[in-house]
Amino acid sequence: MINNLLPNVHWDNMWEATLETLYMSIAAVILTFVLGIILGLLLYLTDKGNLWQNKPIHAITAAVVNIFRSIPFIILIILLVPFTIFLVGTMLGPNAAIPALVIGAAPFYARMVEIGLREVDKGVIEAAQSMGASQWHIIFKVLLPESMPALISGITVTSIALVSYTAMAGVIGAGGLGDLAFREGYQRSNSDVTFVATVAILIIVFIMQWIGDWMTNKTDKR
Amino acid sequence: MITLKKLSKTFQTRTTSISAVDQANLEISQGEIFGIIGYSGAGKSTLIRMLNMLERPSSGEVILAGNNMASLRGKRLREARQEISMIFQHFNLLWSRTVAENIEFPLEIAKVPKADRQKRVKELVELVGLKGREDAYPSQLSGGQKQRVGIARALANKPKVLLCDEATSALDPKTTDSILELLTDINQKLGLTIVLITHEMHVIRKICHRVAVMEDGKIVEQGPVLDVFRTPEKKITKEFVKQVIEPEETMETIRELLGKDDGGTIVKLMFMGENAEQPVINELIRSYHVSVNILQGKVSKTRDGSYGTLFVQLEGNDDSVKEAIQYLKGQQVEAEVLEDDK
Ligand SMILES: Nc1ncnc2c1ncn2[C@@H]1O[C@H](COP(=O)(O)OP(=O)(O)OP(=O)(O)O)[C@@H](O)[C@H]1O
Ligand SMILES: [Mg+2]
Repeated sequence: MINNLLPNVHWDNMWEATLETLYMSIAAVILTFVLGIILGLLLYLTDKGNLWQNKPIHAITAAVVNIFRSIPFIILIILLVPFTIFLVGTMLGPNAAIPALVIGAAPFYARMVEIGLREVDKGVIEAAQSMGASQWHIIFKVLLPESMPALISGITVTSIALVSYTAMAGVIGAGGLGDLAFREGYQRSNSDVTFVATVAILIIVFIMQWIGDWMTNKTDKR
Repeated sequence: MITLKKLSKTFQTRTTSISAVDQANLEISQGEIFGIIGYSGAGKSTLIRMLNMLERPSSGEVILAGNNMASLRGKRLREARQEISMIFQHFNLLWSRTVAENIEFPLEIAKVPKADRQKRVKELVELVGLKGREDAYPSQLSGGQKQRVGIARALANKPKVLLCDEATSALDPKTTDSILELLTDINQKLGLTIVLITHEMHVIRKICHRVAVMEDGKIVEQGPVLDVFRTPEKKITKEFVKQVIEPEETMETIRELLGKDDGGTIVKLMFMGENAEQPVINELIRSYHVSVNILQGKVSKTRDGSYGTLFVQLEGNDDSVKEAIQYLKGQQVEAEVLEDDK
């Protein structure tokens, strides 16, 4: 019945592409989370009036973040080809998409991290200092836990953007649902393939949104 | 315990420089509750924050528990800070942690082993009266309960000094009293030295042994609380003392009477102890030809005894009133004839 309605869909190809998209997205989300938090912390801590107040470092970090945030993703992929080959050794397969995905998304996420950290009550940081907390204590026991709901809702938004980036990364041969929809669906005029690939992507996005919302609520004790 | 020597702090802004604390000298002894009172902007917060180097002094010295605080940096400063705790007007709890986890926080910082931490948390929860609320989050607590968590957290590492920056200013009068009681209790039980700043004189009256008055960054007056209540010297101190002993409504009535021609003579009596005024009033009525009309009386309890004020209206012919006043001035009570100051 289903095969009659969707005659051109090869389900094992579809499943494989789904797994590739999931793999690219999840790996990129994890790396973006880590790199984004590091960059966000650097932006926050070097800002005026904060722990590591440092104008030059703040200005440089902010400039790098803004530049990478502004480059359209499709161009970023092309610019990063030599870097990717150096790092991964190839431009084919899901792994080749990951450097571009992370470098494209981390600056975007870093700004959200910075905003989240700014929301942390200065009084609480001061209370920790008055107890003799070190800088690491303040980062890992105050700043990050207190901004966790913001960090999680930020990574949720970022991960949904990442799913759509993976579709573009298909263009350079990274595979995944976007690649499948383009080659099998669009180029061969199999609109049923495009349709199923779209539904698969939507399902992934909805699940990510749901997990993100659930975790945000769970960590938010305000 | 704490010595401040010519302590000053100047804030440099783009246009001006603000002298927030100006040459403050202070000596606070072990086990004492020392109050610092002043209006908003007097520099109280800046002063207390210099005691644990949250604010670095521009000049002068802070000697606390034998440490010259300004000379400490890094690890040594962090260790010294574990002996000086602080509680805050807005509590400054971590909302992401439960009551028990908030109290555990300073113990984690001091690298106390897990088992000891839990034992200590249990003691502290009981000490501050929060048993049963260990697993609540700060957002589920009332202001008074939050401050109790703040106090428990501050006591976790068995500090020598507790600094209170307007610790009751965000609380209603009843809750304020319960927190002040808790502080007195801790002071007695643990022999902890407490420095508290406030703009409310009744806080000073209720729990402090000694008080310093701050105005424009300077300490303008200091002494035992009872002495300051009895003989305030500076204008600002008198204003603060009035807050407690002369309610505004009474002053209005008195001002009205003073404005009238037939308002009689109004005398303000000040006395020590709860009943010190009674024999004097009795004698006044018995032996002098005046009628005594009591307008308002109030006894203020301080830690070192009570101190009262009584406003009376004397009516009679001029000579009798004069004699009566003569008599009053010769007694244990202090008497002041109020004049119409309009
Ligand atoms: N970081 C700062 N930069 C510039 N000026 C400051 C700073 N902190 C405090 N001041 C100024 O120093 C003065 C004293 O401030 P402080 O906060 O110590 O007053 P306070 O007595 O605690 O007042 P309040 O009762 O309102 O808390 C004020 O004029 C204030 O504007
Ligand atoms: Mg203040």
